[in-house]
Amino acid sequence: MNLPALPLLQQLVVLLAALVLFLSFVLLAQSRLVSAIHAFAWQGALVAAVTAVVALSGEVHHLYFSAGLTLVLKALVIPAMLHRQVRGLQLERHTEALQRPTLAIMAAVGLVIFSYWLVLPMVAEELAFTRNILAISLAVVLIGFLMMVVRHQAVAQVLGFMSIENGLFLAAVSATGGMPLIVELGVAFDVLVAMVLFGVFFFQIRESIDSLDVDRLNRLSETAEIAGEERP
Amino acid sequence: MVDALTPSAWLLAFEQALLYPALAPLLVGWVRKVRARLQNRRGASVLQPYRELRKLLFKEARVAHSASPLFRAAPSVVFVATWLAAATVPLLTIDLPIAVVADIIVLAGLLALARVFLALAGMDVGTAFGGMGASREMMIAALAEPAMLMAVFTLAMTAHSTNLGSVIAQHLGDAFILRPSYLFAFAGLTLVALAETGRIPVDNPTTHLELTMVHESMVLEYSGRHLALMEWAAQIKLLLYGVLVANIFFPWGIATDPALLSLAIGLGAILLKLAVLGAALAVAETVLAKMRLFRVPAFLNLALLLALLGLLSHVILEVGA
Repeated sequence: MNLPALPLLQQLVVLLAALVLFLSFVLLAQSRLVSAIHAFAWQGALVAAVTAVVALSGEVHHLYFSAGLTLVLKALVIPAMLHRQVRGLQLERHTEALQRPTLAIMAAVGLVIFSYWLVLPMVAEELAFTRNILAISLAVVLIGFLMMVVRHQAVAQVLGFMSIENGLFLAAVSATGGMPLIVELGVAFDVLVAMVLFGVFFFQIRESIDSLDVDRLNRLSETAEIAGEERP
Repeated sequence: MVDALTPSAWLLAFEQALLYPALAPLLVGWVRKVRARLQNRRGASVLQPYRELRKLLFKEARVAHSASPLFRAAPSVVFVATWLAAATVPLLTIDLPIAVVADIIVLAGLLALARVFLALAGMDVGTAFGGMGASREMMIAALAEPAMLMAVFTLAMTAHSTNLGSVIAQHLGDAFILRPSYLFAFAGLTLVALAETGRIPVDNPTTHLELTMVHESMVLEYSGRHLALMEWAAQIKLLLYGVLVANIFFPWGIATDPALLSLAIGLGAILLKLAVLGAALAVAETVLAKMRLFRVPAFLNLALLLALLGLLSHVILEVGA
């Protein structure tokens, strides 16, 4: 893709997509939960902005609707819900440093390169202008997976899951000019329902292991068994 | 722009190089003035750094007994290397012979030379502070250099040249383009500039607290004209990074031909850009707190990540197949 040949609006799409990728990195490395939620909200707002600009430049009117939906759901409602749960669980001041932040970041950079290599044959076809953003959205998805792997905190893992959804949405918008509206509505409300379920799970995990550190779930059964053997 | 290898062009390059030491204290004075105003102080005149330099230059230079000749030579080496590095950065015009001779890698090399001598001078007398400052400076430099080079390579890939003049010419020649790689490189280079010039999130240029100082502890043993040269070199370095950021990312106004009028416009433009940049720096220094030294690697890691993302987004988004 030859950037100078593109109209200004499409250049703006490319710029915003790059910023979405950057926010994925911020999410991955952010140690404060509240700041991570804010970063996620900004990512959602950027995805909404990408959608709106794609709608504007391609004159695809139903995309305006999904842009608004994304903005309300991903940038306002879900972050607000997460915020409330974090406050309910008294985790506002909670920080969770990654074990090896540099290694995680470098792994994420590796994922970006990998996803570029993966979509290269598709990009070589020189289809629509936004095809190159496919690499970015794949990278956002993969970094979301990486985040779910390297983070121990349940809330942070949920943020990773939600940012995977952001990546998928970015891919759908940039590659095909948007999914059919009915699919989009379904997905959006699925995410919302998932969010509610996650809230329930947070409280359940908290009830059973007195912490949201998911790694402690591994130890739980063993220690219970040992304790059970010793007691009689 | 290679047709510039004439005596008059060299004269112009020389004059531009003279502008760096002449303007550097002014920028420092301006930053201090704005900062004072933001803190509800009146602050010293913007010309105060000139007066300080003059005072130091006329004072007697005392040297410790344990100092080796390197200690006396270091200020000159640091000053000249920094000045030469600055001379390779286009200030008023991109039409310079020195831009053909020296590219951005030479610039990084000259700055590294200055830094090595600064660190050696810090260790030379054998005081505890000097060695500590030298080791801190080397840690920061080792982390900042890759980030800076990576950011610069991002620009070089767009212009297909490591020559600063061509990079700026390429940027000027294009119509207005939103380049994600430039955005990331700009952010990365700004962070590197803050770290390298020892400004507030990384180092505080005005304290003499042993816990925090980096640059100050290396020049603690200097006095008189030696100290003046060291301080002046530090000021030139700040100006260098300011001009680098201003002229690469906002090149508008810089002269593309050696006519007197366009040179005057170039001077006005760069002064305006530096005034804005200096004010932004003062605001940042008022708002931000200095970080702990062990947070600096994370800060520079962010700079490297930004530069790396710039490089990747150039490859992925801007070139394509």
